[in-house]
Amino acid sequence: MWRFIAGRLLQAIPVILAVITVTFFLVRVAPGGPFDSEKAVIPEVKAALEAQYRLDLPLGQQYLAYLQDLARGELGPSFKYPGRSVNELIAAGLPATAELGAYALLVAVVLGGLAGVVASLKPNSAQDYIPMSVAMIGICMPTFLLGPLLVLVFGIHLEWLPVAGWGDIPGDKILPSLTLGAAYAAYIARLSRAGMLEVMSQDYIRTARAKGLPEWQVVTRHALRGGLIPVVAFLGPAFAGLLAGSFVVETIFQIPGLGRFYVQAAFNRDYTMILGTTVFLSTLIVLFNLLSDILAAWLNPRLRAQYGEA
Amino acid sequence: MYRFVHVLCLVLMAAFLGGCSAGESNVAQGNRDGILHFGNGSEPQGLDPHVVTGVPESKIIDALFEGLTRKNPWTLEPEPGAAASWEFSDDRRVITFHMQPEGRWSNGDPVTAHDFVWSWRRALDPAMGNLYAYMLYPVENAEAYATGKIDDPALVGVRALDDMTLEVTLNAPTPYFLQLMDHYSSYAVHRETVERFGKATDRFTRWTRVGNIVTNGPFQLQNWELNRRIVVERNPHYWDNDAVYLNGIVFYPTENIVSEERMFRVHQLHYTADVPLNKIPAYRKMADTPFVEAPYLGTYFYLLNTERPPLDDVRVRKALSLAVDREALTRNVLYGSNNPAYAITPPGTLGYQPPQLFTHDPEEARRLLAEAGYPGGDGWPGLELIYNTSESHRKIAVALQQMWKDALNITVTLSNQEWKVYLDSVSQMNFQVARRGWIGDYVDPNNFLDLYITDGGNNNTGFSDPVYDELILQRAPRAATQEARFALFHEAETRLMEQMPILPIYTYASKHLVHPSVKGLPPNLMDFVNVKYIHLEDVPLTEFELE
Amino acid sequence: MTSANLTDTAQVEQGTSLWKDAWRRLRKNRLALFGLAVLTVFIALALLTPWIAPYAYDAQNLDLGASPPSAAHWLGTDIFGRDLLTQILYGGRISLAVGFVATAVALVIGVTWGAIAGYVGGRVDAVMMRLVDILYALPFMIFIVLLMVVFGRNLLLLFLAIGAVEWLTMARIMRGQVQSLRQQEFVEAAVSLGLSPATIVRRHLVPNALGPIIVYTTLTIPSVMLLEAFLSFLGLGVQPPATSWGLLISYGAETMEEYPWLLIFPGAALTLTLFALNFLGDGLRDALDVRGSGD
Repeated sequence: MWRFIAGRLLQAIPVILAVITVTFFLVRVAPGGPFDSEKAVIPEVKAALEAQYRLDLPLGQQYLAYLQDLARGELGPSFKYPGRSVNELIAAGLPATAELGAYALLVAVVLGGLAGVVASLKPNSAQDYIPMSVAMIGICMPTFLLGPLLVLVFGIHLEWLPVAGWGDIPGDKILPSLTLGAAYAAYIARLSRAGMLEVMSQDYIRTARAKGLPEWQVVTRHALRGGLIPVVAFLGPAFAGLLAGSFVVETIFQIPGLGRFYVQAAFNRDYTMILGTTVFLSTLIVLFNLLSDILAAWLNPRLRAQYGEA
Repeated sequence: MYRFVHVLCLVLMAAFLGGCSAGESNVAQGNRDGILHFGNGSEPQGLDPHVVTGVPESKIIDALFEGLTRKNPWTLEPEPGAAASWEFSDDRRVITFHMQPEGRWSNGDPVTAHDFVWSWRRALDPAMGNLYAYMLYPVENAEAYATGKIDDPALVGVRALDDMTLEVTLNAPTPYFLQLMDHYSSYAVHRETVERFGKATDRFTRWTRVGNIVTNGPFQLQNWELNRRIVVERNPHYWDNDAVYLNGIVFYPTENIVSEERMFRVHQLHYTADVPLNKIPAYRKMADTPFVEAPYLGTYFYLLNTERPPLDDVRVRKALSLAVDREALTRNVLYGSNNPAYAITPPGTLGYQPPQLFTHDPEEARRLLAEAGYPGGDGWPGLELIYNTSESHRKIAVALQQMWKDALNITVTLSNQEWKVYLDSVSQMNFQVARRGWIGDYVDPNNFLDLYITDGGNNNTGFSDPVYDELILQRAPRAATQEARFALFHEAETRLMEQMPILPIYTYASKHLVHPSVKGLPPNLMDFVNVKYIHLEDVPLTEFELE
Repeated sequence: MTSANLTDTAQVEQGTSLWKDAWRRLRKNRLALFGLAVLTVFIALALLTPWIAPYAYDAQNLDLGASPPSAAHWLGTDIFGRDLLTQILYGGRISLAVGFVATAVALVIGVTWGAIAGYVGGRVDAVMMRLVDILYALPFMIFIVLLMVVFGRNLLLLFLAIGAVEWLTMARIMRGQVQSLRQQEFVEAAVSLGLSPATIVRRHLVPNALGPIIVYTTLTIPSVMLLEAFLSFLGLGVQPPATSWGLLISYGAETMEEYPWLLIFPGAALTLTLFALNFLGDGLRDALDVRGSGD
C-alpha cells in the first residue's frame, strides 16, 4: 500500500510539471494580453509594464525564471492586482472556498448518499422514485438558477437567511453550501443508487443473505463498500471541481473565495495568477484523485489484497 | 469509527448553522453610527493612485486622498481641496496653487507643494507604467517626459516655489485643466511611505496596505479584506474634518449586480453601483423610489471599420445608422433610462450641444443602400457585428440586427467575444462592426472628439480627415473664447457625423439605488461622489416592495 | 434485479440475442417506454421545427415586449416580443444535438480509455490515468478561448470541445469498474479460456460495467446542454438570434422575478428530457443486466 502511494506521489511530479508547461504556453498564445484595456495603452507605458513583469524576456527565459521561482515556492506577482503576490491572493481566497467546498461536499454526500442508498433498497417503488425525481431536478437546476431561487425564497420573501456574505451575518453560509452541494448531491444519489443495485445482485451479497443476516446488516456491512465505488471514483475529481466550480456560487453570494480569482484570472489574462491557481488546483486534483483511488482500493477487497502484496 | 463520523457531522452542522438569528441590518446600524455601506462594483486593483485605473478604485481613492481641488457634487465646479486657492496668469498658461495652511497627512505630516511635485513626476515616470499618465499631458513637457523623450523630471512644468506654493505651467491654456486636479492620477502620495516600502516606481510594494498607507483625504484606511470589504474611517488630521459627517465608509466589491440589488432590498447596502435593467420598471413605479438615474458623460456606439467593404462606402454606413430606431430601442430594450444619441459627444457638456444630422429614416436608408449597389438588400455581402459578452450588449445587438433586417432586408451576424479577445479584435481592427463605449474623463467635448484624429490610439475605425485633424489639434486649442472653441468643435463633429465612421446609439445614464436615509449624494453628469457632503438621516426602514 | 424471473439463460450467453432479449425486457418497463416516447417526440419536434414553428424564430415585436402566455403566443414572448414556443422548438434542435453528439463523443473516448487502462493495468494504466489528471487540471477557459481562435466559431467544434472535456470523469468511472470486475471469477475464467483481451473487454467487462456508465451518461447529457450555454457566453457555440435551451434558461434566470414564464417553460423542456433519459437509462440498465439473468 505504501509503495503504491509513494509511486503515485512520484508520478504526480511529471503530471504537475506537464500542467505548468502546457498552461504557461497556452495562456501566452491566447489573444489579448494582461495590460490591454478599453483605452489604448501608450506604447512606452506598455513597454515599462512588460519590463516590470519580465514579459520583455524571450519566452524560454520567462519559463525558466518561472520554474525557478516556483521551486522556491514563489508564484510571482499578480498582474491584475499590483502589489499583491499570487501566493497572497490564493491564501486570501482559500479559506472561504475550502470551507464552502467542505460544507457542500457534506451536503452532497449526506443527502445524495442517503437518497441513493434508500432508493436502491426498493427499486421501482415510491421509495425509489421520489428521491430520484428530486435528484433529477437537482441535476437540471444549474447553480446560477438554484442560488437566486433559494435567495428569493429564504432571503427575500421569508427573510430567514441573509442574501449574501460569508461569515458576516449568522446563517449566511447555509444557502451557498446548499446551492453548491445540491448538484453534487444529485449526482451522488444517482451514482450510489446504480452502484448499490449493481452490488446487490453480486454473489457475495446473496451469500450474506443466505447466511441469514438481517437486510440492514447486509447493506451496511457488505453492500455499501462495493456500491460506493463509483461514487468514490466521482468524488476525487468532484472535490477539485467543487473548488474550481465554486465561482458561480461565490459571485452570487459575494463570497471572498478562490473560485472568483481562478475564473477572473483567465478573463484578465493575469498570467501568473492563472498559472498559480492552476498549479495549486492541479496539485489538489492529483491528491484527491489519489485519495479516491486509495479509498476505492480500500473498499474493494481484491484490489486491496493486490496493492497490499505489491 | 461510525461514532466519530457521527460526532464530526454534528460539529460541522453546528458550525455551519451557527446561531440562526437575524441581527440589525447594516443600514440601521450605519445610520446610527454614521457609517455608509457602499456597493462599489468590484474589488479594486489596488489603492495606489498612480497605478490603478477604473471607477471602483476611484471611489475609494477619492475618500482616502485629495487632489488640489475637489468637485462640488451638484455643480461640478472645483472647490478647494489640498489647495486653498489658486490663480491664473494673464495668458492662462500658468496656475499658482496655494496649499491649505492646515493640510495634513493622516500621520500628521504637513501636505506641501513638494509632495505634489514629487508625486506628479512619479505619475509621469515611464517606469511607473501609469495608464493614466496622459491626464497630466497638458502640463509643459509632461508628455515628453512620460514617453521618454526627455530624461530630466525638472523640466516638467510643475514647481514648488516654497512649501505652500505650487506653480504649474501648461503647454497652452487648457479650459478643463482644473477638472483634472481631482482625477486620481494627479493626486499626491506620501513620499516617505512610498520609499519606505520600495522604489518610487515599484508596482509591487506593500505601501498601500493597512497600517502602512498614509493619505491626505477625509478618510484613512482601516481594514481591507480581499473580495469582501474595504473599510475607511475618519481621518482626524484632515484639514476640513469638521465638515465631514460620516465616521466611516464600508466599500463592498458587489460584482454581481443582481445580488447587489438583493442586498440593497434587505438593507445591507445604502447605495448600489448599478441597477439590473429588468428591475428598473418595478423600482420606477415605487412611491418614494430609491432609484436614481441621471445622464452620464458617455456614449454607447458601434465602430464601423471604414477600411473593409461594404463599410468603406459612406452610403452603407449612413444606411445602417438611419435604419436604427433609437427611440424604440431606448424605450423598449433599455426601459427608457437612456437617451438616444445621434453624435459622439453627449449633449450638455458645459453647454456644448452636438449636431444632429439625421433621425430614424428607413426610407432614406433604403435609398442610400440602393445607391451603394444593394437595392432591397440584393447582393449584400453580409456583415459581422462583434460585442463583448454582456447581457445588455447582446440585447442591443439583437434588436439592431432585426431593425436592419426589417428596414434594409440585410443580414448582420452577431458574434460575442470574451473581453480580452474583443479588445484584441478592436485594437487590431479585426472586425467590421464593433460595440464600443466611451466615458469622458473630464467634462469637455475635446475628450470625445480627439478620439477620431488620424491614427489616434482609440480611433479604431480607419477614419482620417485632415480638415478634422486641423480643427481639433490646431484651431480649437487656439480659440480665443469658449464660444469660438465650441463652434470649431461643432464644425468638426458635423464633419465626423457626415462621414459616419461610428454609429451612435445612446447616451449613458448612471443608475443607482440610494437608500432614503442618504443625503448629499446627488446624481451628476460625472457620476461623481463627494464623500464630504454625504450625511445619513435616521429614517425608519421600510420594506422595498417590488411588484 | 427485476429480471431475476428470467428462465431462458442459455440464450443470454450468446451476444446476438442479448440485445433482442434486452428489448423484450425493456418493453415491459412502462416508465422506460414513457421515457423513450418523450424522447422520440422531442426529437421529432426538433426535426420538424422549421415546418411546425408558429412564428419565425427571429421575428421581433419590440412594442409588445415580454408578455405572458396568451392565445396568440401559447408560452408568451420574450423582451423582444419573440414567441417563446418557437424559441424553445429551435433551441431544442441545438440542445438535443449538442447533448447527444457531445455525450456520444465523451462516451466513446471515456469508455475506451477507461476500459483499456483498467484492464491492462500497470504502467499503461499509470500513464493513461496521469494524462487524464493533466487534462483535468488545465484551465478550461483558456483552452476554450484558444479553440475558438484556432478553429473559429463552429458548431461541430463545440460538440467536440464539450466531448473532449466530459470524457475524463467517464474514463475514471469506467476504469474503476473494470478494475474491480477484472478480478472476478468469470473474467479470470475467460482469461484462462484464452479469449483475447479485446473480446474480454467487449463481451464481459463493458456489459458488466454498463450500470454506472449508463447512469453517468444520462447525467452528462443535461450538464452538456448547460455547458453549451456557458460556452456560448464565451463566444464559442450558438450566437443570437439562434438559441438553445441552456441559453434560454440562463436568460430566463435573470428575469425570473419579472417574467417567470421565460424560465419555467425552457426549464420544463430540459427537465422533461432529463426525466425521460433517466427512465430510459434505468430501463436499459435493468434490461441489460446480464448478471441478473446469467445465473
